[in-house]
Amino acid sequence: MSIAPTASQTLGPFFNYALPFSADLTGGGKAEGRAIFLRGRVTDVNAAPVRDALVEIWQANAAGAYAHPLDRDEARPRDPHFNGFGRVLTDAEGGFSFTTVVPGPVPFEGNRWQAPHVSVAVFSAGLLRRMRTRAYFPGEELNADDPVLAAVPAGRRPLLVAQAEDGGFRFDIRLRGENETPFFGD
Amino acid sequence: MVEYASYPEGTQPGVNSERYFRTSQLAPSQPFVEAPVTLSEITGPLFPREGVSQDEADLTAGGKALGQLMVLAGQVRDEDARPLPGVLVEAWQANASGKYRHPVDGRDAPLDPHFVGGGRAVTDSEGRYRFVTIKPGAYPVPNSGNWWRPPHIHLSIYGYAFLSRMITQVYFPGDPLNELDSIFMSVPDDAARERLVAVTDTSVGLHEHALGYGFDIVLRGRNQTPMEDEGLQA
Ligand SMILES: [Fe+2]
Repeated sequence: MSIAPTASQTLGPFFNYALPFSADLTGGGKAEGRAIFLRGRVTDVNAAPVRDALVEIWQANAAGAYAHPLDRDEARPRDPHFNGFGRVLTDAEGGFSFTTVVPGPVPFEGNRWQAPHVSVAVFSAGLLRRMRTRAYFPGEELNADDPVLAAVPAGRRPLLVAQAEDGGFRFDIRLRGENETPFFGD
Repeated sequence: MVEYASYPEGTQPGVNSERYFRTSQLAPSQPFVEAPVTLSEITGPLFPREGVSQDEADLTAGGKALGQLMVLAGQVRDEDARPLPGVLVEAWQANASGKYRHPVDGRDAPLDPHFVGGGRAVTDSEGRYRFVTIKPGAYPVPNSGNWWRPPHIHLSIYGYAFLSRMITQVYFPGDPLNELDSIFMSVPDDAARERLVAVTDTSVGLHEHALGYGFDIVLRGRNQTPMEDEGLQA
């Protein structure tokens, strides 16, 4: 039997019943790996800030393991201090900031690997659907062979690579307009 | 093996919608990139039931909130109609006066000290969730030419995968505002839209106390294995 999935609807402007998840994924610095911030701004067609948008991230730990039963591999151990999920509402400037670690490469198919990346999703008033994208890291050799990045038109790929800053990385999410962030189909 | 195909045609609102003008400012103008589904998409955050107390599914402070007391209850399943236990469902809504307890809601309508406006629940072994709440009021959207949102309850749902994560709204049967609402009407398919309307079902209510509304949820994905006991370690 096949049943149809429920339709998505907008987040609305009044979401404030935050789960007890902080924007710090490292458990106050206890997680293995290189601690960084991952921050940016969510902007609209006029490059104006989008406030009260919900930004969610999901990522592997420093060893490239997801805290999930579908990922079990002794070569990539779990980290009890890192579950890989964070969410935060954007501020009046459209800004968001997570404290996390740089993820390790994660498997694709066969012997192929995916470059280190963070899955990112945005919900907002004014959006009927979730917008799903990925943040990659500059200078990673695997970026050149990443199967998901390769699906993005070459000219737009740089938009998915975060920019290094002192202590972390910047990943701006331009929902529409100039240098619009590429989003993946849902 | 789990499968996450794209959403079937017609089940979702368009990314851009003429009915909902704000999409022309926020929704992408470029088509979605079609990329392979990988381990990163078929995994996602899990929420152990111990982390959520039963009390959090009561938005009425034990029945003290003003308005029409009601239960919203239903089952969360995948596209194969398999129940999904251990799924986190969050609800938030306006009070009976159509006022949100939120700093951005500047409308001059009364707050109810006994109505917090939000709660959460984790689905049981049959994929069922249940909230006790009050029926929300309609509210006007500022600077919109007198557009009133029909009574609705916002739901946020985490399945077992980053891909099955979704946010939706529950509407009430027979409300004349439904068909005037740009957000409800942004779902072009009649059947898909009707699935966003709760079903009056006194059997899920509280006897001689609270009205009952049923609202079942179907998350994207097939052939899933329940992960109820596989909560996060951290
Ligand atoms: Fe609302």
